[in-house]
Amino acid sequence: MAFLRAFGSYVPERVVANAELAERLGCDPGWILNVSGIAERRFAAPGESIVDMGVQAASDCLDRAGQDRAGLGCLILSSGSSERRFPGPAAETAARLGLAGVPALDLPMASAGSLFALAMAAQLSESCGPVLVVASEKMSAVIEGAPLDRNTAILFGDGAGACLVDPSAGAARVERWRLHSDGAFADNLRLEFGQALHMDGRTVILQASRKLPAAIQEVLQDASLAPAAVGAFLMHQANQNLIDKIARTLEVAPEKFFSNISRYGNTSSASMLIAAAEWSAQHGFRKGEAVIFGGFGAGFHWGSLLAIGS
Amino acid sequence: MSIQDRILAVVRSVAHKPVPADPEESLFDSGVLDSFALPDMVSALEKEFGIKVPDADLNPRKFDSISRISSYIEVHVP
Repeated sequence: MAFLRAFGSYVPERVVANAELAERLGCDPGWILNVSGIAERRFAAPGESIVDMGVQAASDCLDRAGQDRAGLGCLILSSGSSERRFPGPAAETAARLGLAGVPALDLPMASAGSLFALAMAAQLSESCGPVLVVASEKMSAVIEGAPLDRNTAILFGDGAGACLVDPSAGAARVERWRLHSDGAFADNLRLEFGQALHMDGRTVILQASRKLPAAIQEVLQDASLAPAAVGAFLMHQANQNLIDKIARTLEVAPEKFFSNISRYGNTSSASMLIAAAEWSAQHGFRKGEAVIFGGFGAGFHWGSLLAIGS
Repeated sequence: MSIQDRILAVVRSVAHKPVPADPEESLFDSGVLDSFALPDMVSALEKEFGIKVPDADLNPRKFDSISRISSYIEVHVP
């Protein structure tokens, strides 16, 4: 058994509104809002790294949990926008947190990375103690690293999220999860070193519209729960139109799907944990309440996780 | 109604826009469908023709025009 103890988040100070991007892209700011639900996003400072942001989110999480750093058993860091091939940002993030010697695992998985990391942490925590999950993304470096593409440049922002997974106690119990991968679609959403982000948006949305609700239904059926019984859905913040579509497919009120994409854009794997941190601060888990985490992204990797308030 | 007429009715019901007269014309390039209407159209086609489009076939190119949709439906309708 594993529990979600606390969440944390960090977003950079610099706000990039649609008007700023629209001027560079030669499009209308209202078009960006209409196709994505995004009004603004945050961009990291030039020298601000994935490790820098990850440390901030992790520290926020540990402070909220009141967790002694010496008691941590493992750190998992997901990022699809790492600045270098190796080493990944996990070990340096752990060292900056004072966790030198603690195993630190990199999960180079965009978008769904934090969901997969949560499931891994739930399994790992039973053998190694509390696991700190961190997701940190500097997508501005990705979109600025190539000629701006209006179909991708409008979507992404920077930030980091974190969650402490504990084997003995926490705000919510990790009940079960369903994770899936299908490399047949690897070319439809990919980032090659030194190249521009490639996204076949129609395929991504078509596949996500089908696979994500199905994964949520799977985990709920495993628990004999109906979508209407879920108190909150904390999803990867990919696109507001996609989130709304998933809500309609599941026949759930859209208000149950927590959303902050209008302010931060799509922060890839960090987005689900940033959303969870904000939702947790505003609402928090209620005893017995079912909460669904969900994500879909490059790979394709997708899935959902069910937690029940303690 | 022919299969093509039924497809046209489905596309109109989802897109709420006039459908190009040329069955070969792209429904995306002509502005009839966007990325978010496409999943709705596939679901509506499944309902209309009593089929299940497997995830492996969820490729926008298969549903890019009335002609391509017709080809797919004709092969998969029982």
